[in-house]
Amino acid sequence: MSPAFPAGVATPAAPALIDGSGLLFSGNDWDFDTIRRIHDACEAVAGPELGLSWYPNQIEIITAEQMLDAYASIGMPLFYKHWSFGKHFAQHEAGYRRGLMGLAYEIVINSDPCISYIMEENTATMQTLVIAHAAFGHNHFFKNNYLFRQWTDAEGILDYLDFAKRYITRCEERYGHGAVEAVLDAAHALMNQGVHRYPRKKRPDLSSEQRREREREEHRERIYNDLWRTLPAKAAAGKADLSAERRRALLELPQENILYFLEKVAPRLRPWQREILRIVRHVAQYFYPQRQTKVMNEGCATYSHYRIMSRLSETGRINEAAYLEFLQSHTNVIRQPTYDDRHYGGHNPYAIGFAMMQDIARICTDPTAEDREWFPDIAGSGDPMEVLRDVWANYRDESFIAQFLSPRLMRQLRLFHVSDDPDKPELRVESIHDERGYRRLRRAFARQYDVAWLDPDIEVVDVDLEGDRKLIVHHKVLNRVLLNRDDAARVLQHLADLWGYDVVLKEVDTATGTVLKEHTASARPTFF
Amino acid sequence: MHIIDRRLNPGGKSLANRQRFLRRVRDVAQRAVREAARDGDIRDLGKDGNVTVPADGVREPKFSRAPGTGIQDHILPGNKTYVEGDTIERPPGGSGGRGGGQAGDGGEGGEDSFRFVLTREEFLELFLDDLELPDLAKRRLAVVETEALRRAGYTVTGSPANLALTRTLRNSLSRRIALKRPKAEEMAALEAELKALETQEPDGPAVAELRAEVERLRTRSQRIPYVDPIDLRYRRFEPYPRPVAQAVMFCLMDVSGSMTEHMKDLAKRFYILLHIFLVRRYKHVEIVFIRHTDHAKEVDEETFFGSRETGGTLVSSALVEMKRIVAERYNPEDWNIYAAQASDGDNVSSDGPTAQNLLRSAILPACQYFAYLEVGDEGGPRAGFVEHRTTLWRTYEPVSKGDSTLAMRKVNHRRDIYPVFRELFSRKAGQEAASP
Repeated sequence: MSPAFPAGVATPAAPALIDGSGLLFSGNDWDFDTIRRIHDACEAVAGPELGLSWYPNQIEIITAEQMLDAYASIGMPLFYKHWSFGKHFAQHEAGYRRGLMGLAYEIVINSDPCISYIMEENTATMQTLVIAHAAFGHNHFFKNNYLFRQWTDAEGILDYLDFAKRYITRCEERYGHGAVEAVLDAAHALMNQGVHRYPRKKRPDLSSEQRREREREEHRERIYNDLWRTLPAKAAAGKADLSAERRRALLELPQENILYFLEKVAPRLRPWQREILRIVRHVAQYFYPQRQTKVMNEGCATYSHYRIMSRLSETGRINEAAYLEFLQSHTNVIRQPTYDDRHYGGHNPYAIGFAMMQDIARICTDPTAEDREWFPDIAGSGDPMEVLRDVWANYRDESFIAQFLSPRLMRQLRLFHVSDDPDKPELRVESIHDERGYRRLRRAFARQYDVAWLDPDIEVVDVDLEGDRKLIVHHKVLNRVLLNRDDAARVLQHLADLWGYDVVLKEVDTATGTVLKEHTASARPTFF
Repeated sequence: MHIIDRRLNPGGKSLANRQRFLRRVRDVAQRAVREAARDGDIRDLGKDGNVTVPADGVREPKFSRAPGTGIQDHILPGNKTYVEGDTIERPPGGSGGRGGGQAGDGGEGGEDSFRFVLTREEFLELFLDDLELPDLAKRRLAVVETEALRRAGYTVTGSPANLALTRTLRNSLSRRIALKRPKAEEMAALEAELKALETQEPDGPAVAELRAEVERLRTRSQRIPYVDPIDLRYRRFEPYPRPVAQAVMFCLMDVSGSMTEHMKDLAKRFYILLHIFLVRRYKHVEIVFIRHTDHAKEVDEETFFGSRETGGTLVSSALVEMKRIVAERYNPEDWNIYAAQASDGDNVSSDGPTAQNLLRSAILPACQYFAYLEVGDEGGPRAGFVEHRTTLWRTYEPVSKGDSTLAMRKVNHRRDIYPVFRELFSRKAGQEAASP
């Protein structure tokens, strides 16, 4: 990162208040002291009152142009170079210049310290909102949610990206832009297939391996009996033991992390190409929890900022003008148009998340008989924050909705489930927000947030390394939804290029086991 | 907690990505640029660098589920009338109507072609790709930067000479509107009305009222000045480093009666290309226009292209004029001198040796490059005839044989200009890619 100008770091003294009135600011203008005051005031609410815990905050003020830059490199402060980011930048920039697109007020990065980028053109109220939202809400979620704890390394991510950037730059200098670009193109195409969805077995480290070896040795010594030596040996097992079964076990097949598989097994890749696959895979893995927790993450942040802003207003730290400005932007953010609205564009994660958090808080403090029946564990517990903190720590979108979407909220949102079967002439309403439908509706809704359900389920099934080395990949077809043919052919071509030999992708119906479609690709001499 | 101000960090972090993107779409972008140069008005070159790239070249494929196959589930908010078991007619235009939440943020892989805008820099980069100024090495190292001033916005203080009148009056106008200063014509109208009333019934109550009103408005307009010191704006100038590596471009043109509008247009296009090129290589480029018939004169751009003269043709007169101006203002020690001469090739035959001599002994030694462009009629040399060589061509040809500083080309059609230009300046094989 280029040198920055740490402003305001030199003023650790107690923040001065604006003419003794207790207000954090008045009007729209802010400076670094204001930001510091706002941060401290938010902290005073987030800590003792909401019981949040967070990584230390690092708040960075950026311009619109820098925000566009950040957009282009998926929000990360440093990233390797690739043409696709340039394309996205051109897209965003064109949209922004023509006024088709507003920019986000902030970007927050799951790192330790937690970096929040805030735009210089925000008003003081917006900065307060953004700090409450990102620097405390999202930050708490990043630090405490189990997915992030399990899959991401907040402390190391910036160092890792720095390494990745340098490494790829060095590769470009050494092997040429074209060669590196080709690997990155292929790796990006397979990025969604480059994550581990379940924790793998931990590989034993040296000391535990030594300990195990010692224990086995002791065991052998303990049960030693000279008689065994006298038994005639079995006929030596032939090499034919490499049965298909064993071969698959050795290659850890079936394997749904295709990039991982290629990195470890692809026969013709050079070491630097494997390392690039590894980098892309790590980045994909780092973002994987974010895809699974959109609703919860935004819900947590929105609920936190709502509580913090309300408290600031009640205690007179922000004036009514600021509070109104906040409310306006808050209601904009949590707007959920209905399905027949012109502006409908799917479910708004902010709206669902915030509504559910508020609903849980209500169930804790003011439950109805229905709530007591549906949520016996939390109804009337009296401490909403404790329940919410537990929820934020231990759930992802799918499980969160499956467990905590209350009948009352389903009625409020007037949710209904429509199923579209191309074999039937009409669409069918499967369930609505009534007694009969609550559970089915909730299950179907939760499934829409299950990334494993949304992403096509594709895995490497088999390969005969000693034969023709043809790689066999299966798409487990769910509900007869096939892959987009055009894109599948392109991605498969990339896969074949990386693999170095022929690849076949079979779309197998999970219900019947029949192959619905087959795609094949042969390697082009791109990499070798 | 730390607060860091990143605003002062150098921008353009994404520049490397953009360069990679441009490299990827280079062929398409280059084609678009060439087309713009051929068809469009050369004067607007690079102003509108819209380039459309077919999505194919920049597609980022991902495995995705095809819409419209298999059973799709939609959970929608805002149910009004449906109950379980209802059927809904399939909305026209594809199954599923508006898809579930995941349809919105896809973005990639769209079938539409992808449109983006080249900056002027990038446009010219592609436009002048592979072109190189001949003999650039000669004086380009003398880059002693000197200070000069250039316009940079407005300031509230300054010397009266720099008063920005329009800006000042705009401020004054908005202030007057804001403070409701009565307008002059309103005042005049009221006063006229008052006068009329006074003559009709000098001491009616209406007169007194109107008089008071007029008095009130008058004092108001006296209180609120027409131009207040706070309205004043001055043009601001800021110093910037001016390099000594500078170039001057001489445009010589025959404007005698035989030069048609078409020929002049061709010449003009060539000059503009050369100018763009020079501006890109040198921070400071000056242009000198010399037109000639049987006598030569330095003129401004408008006269150069616009006016028509009568008279014979004496090419050497232009060369003499150029020599004089070089001696007067553009010391070859400090200036990179480029010249482009356009003519239909007519010359008085007796002038040949003089022109040849001048060129060889005085002009070419001082110049980096002298391009002679012979412009012809749109029809071009008629097929079947032995190519006719004009007087001037025959004069210059022997010189160009022995001196690479002089280049000669014939152009008949607008579309040839750019290829000829490229040909003249294309980077020679083996020549190192020098840039100032």
